[in-house]
Amino acid sequence: MEYISLFVKSIFIDNMIFAYFLGMCSYLAVSKNVKTATGLGIAVIFVLLVTLPINYLLNEHVLKPGALAWLGDKFASVDLSFLSFIVFIAVVAAITQIVEMVVEKFTPALYSSLGIFLPLIAVNCAILGGSLFMQERDFVNVGEATVYALGSGIGWFLAIVTLAAIREKLSYSHVPAPLRGLGITFITVGLMAIAFMTFMGIQL
Amino acid sequence: MNLKEVLLKPIFKGNPITVLVLGICSSLAVTVQLKGACVMALSVTVVTGLSSFVCSLLRNSIPNRIRIIVQLVVVSLMVILVDQVLKAYAYSISKTLSVYVGLIITNCIVMGRIEAFALGNKPIPSLLDGLANGVGYGLILVVVAFFRELLGSGTLFGFRIIPESFYEAGYMDNGLIILPPMALILLGIIVWIQRSVQKDLQEEE
Amino acid sequence: MNTNGNTYTVIYSTVLVVLVAAILAFVAISLQGKQNENIKLETVSKLLGAAAQADESFSIAEDADVLGLYAKHITDAFYVDGNGKRGDEMNMGKNNVKDIVVTTTSDLKKQNDIMKKIEAGDESLKGELDLPVYVFDINGRKITVIPCYGAGLWGPIWGYIALAEDGKTIVGTVFDHKGETPGLGAKITEKFFCDEFKGKSFDMDNGTVFTVAKPSALKYPEHGVDAISGATITSQALGKSINIWAKNYGPYLISAAAENAVPAETPEVTGTDENVNVEE
Repeated sequence: MEYISLFVKSIFIDNMIFAYFLGMCSYLAVSKNVKTATGLGIAVIFVLLVTLPINYLLNEHVLKPGALAWLGDKFASVDLSFLSFIVFIAVVAAITQIVEMVVEKFTPALYSSLGIFLPLIAVNCAILGGSLFMQERDFVNVGEATVYALGSGIGWFLAIVTLAAIREKLSYSHVPAPLRGLGITFITVGLMAIAFMTFMGIQL
Repeated sequence: MNLKEVLLKPIFKGNPITVLVLGICSSLAVTVQLKGACVMALSVTVVTGLSSFVCSLLRNSIPNRIRIIVQLVVVSLMVILVDQVLKAYAYSISKTLSVYVGLIITNCIVMGRIEAFALGNKPIPSLLDGLANGVGYGLILVVVAFFRELLGSGTLFGFRIIPESFYEAGYMDNGLIILPPMALILLGIIVWIQRSVQKDLQEEE
Repeated sequence: MNTNGNTYTVIYSTVLVVLVAAILAFVAISLQGKQNENIKLETVSKLLGAAAQADESFSIAEDADVLGLYAKHITDAFYVDGNGKRGDEMNMGKNNVKDIVVTTTSDLKKQNDIMKKIEAGDESLKGELDLPVYVFDINGRKITVIPCYGAGLWGPIWGYIALAEDGKTIVGTVFDHKGETPGLGAKITEKFFCDEFKGKSFDMDNGTVFTVAKPSALKYPEHGVDAISGATITSQALGKSINIWAKNYGPYLISAAAENAVPAETPEVTGTDENVNVEE
């Protein structure tokens, strides 16, 4: 039950885009048509799902104050949490690199549709943000962290695909010249975020 | 390129947020209060300036294959330094900024300026370019935060601006403007105003 | 120089990593003391802030020496377990304010995790709790401050509740949160909300000790406060955490109240105590 609640909460209520503005740069840049948006969305789900549990384990067993206690009593008071940013980003960069190579080697079809997005993802705030929020929220076990990763990824995917669909339609309408492109996109995302806020009242 | 242009361009004509669409991620979530926005703007300015400077110093020695990783390491180093200093000397603000300080690492402005400018220019112009982009970014942040705090809480920097008598006469703070969506809509309006004035920025239909 | 050779790349990255790690470790260690002091200072000022609300003439100036004031007014600081048994004492900093020991939110979280297990039915864990109790002397009144901690809408919420001599009447509260919605859930830190708690009391006899809900859902208005409109989840979560924490403090609070009532031989004090009982 906890898992379902966390899952639904991270898709709709804690939505990465609408509640935290995470991954906004690529969200705006790659949402011009549904097909590429779907590709990027799937890549984000995938990378989040791989990096978040790894970062969770690193945080639990290496970085947290007292996390090194398993090495012996001498290490029980070591606090490496100041290294967490650099460790997390290194893991994200390394994982995206490995994922890219593996996908290219074993599933060339998937690679041709995802390939170009994978390097982009290393610097996508949504991925690092996922790890930082995980650290902030103190999940109880790796299962919760994984569910959170899946939920946030799906939330991001939903957000980018719906925005791309709206923008495809929007290109047929007459938008005032100064608002064309970026301006109207910001306002559209704002309205979508308001719509997503209706989920906030849901109690799970 | 002359230095004056390096300094002024990113603030208006080539503003990283409204023109280049870089670094929006973390910028909006911290604009509920002016104080947080100012500290965030300052942090980003310091990080972009110093990372550009360091990367420019290293530009001839970085092995090409690990270029991105080296840049990430330099940027993370700066961000961690800023984060540690904030935690030690501005604890209450660092609490409100929470994870968004860390997210400066993936702020596209920082990496974008290193790639586009610092790797091809001398350290001093790179430093100035980084600082100017930080200021351009901060400017938008502060403008959005100004309106959100004024209309949403009736205060600026925590001081009451809208007099009590207004509230007695029936004025209410706008609760909606504090919520995340309104930051986006405000940004849309800023882009609208900027592009009405600078017509050459308007996009083709 | 060939900057693309393998040896060069490996040496370069090694030097870079060592250099960065050294800089970071140096900065982190040199700033750590200051950071921990900040965390302590915050908790201390919250504890004192809650206790100070007991007496309106007792105000803390913005630039006051919080640690000094704390050391001056605190009379007792110790841990109790879930059965009300007194455990270790905490350093109150009477000799040197630098020695003051207070619990941080991560300590509170650990206790909260144990409470969750107790709530799930494992009563034997009650003896394992280490709940902090801070007793202040505020202008002659004996004020007990206890913390509470729980999960809000987005992240943890916590607070400090100051109780009068009878161990159940609330005289002051301070709340804080990590990331509740600004303008809605974040309002739990504001004065208007905290003031609502003053004069309300814990209900030690019926199952629920304290509630935060909309007025129509409050069964006992004297044992609950009105929720913040628009922030139902945060408010209810706060009510729930106060309820669970107060329940676990219950055995201690009841015995401490009995102790307080005995030495106070003046009839008025016992009189008011009885009155409170009659009201219930």
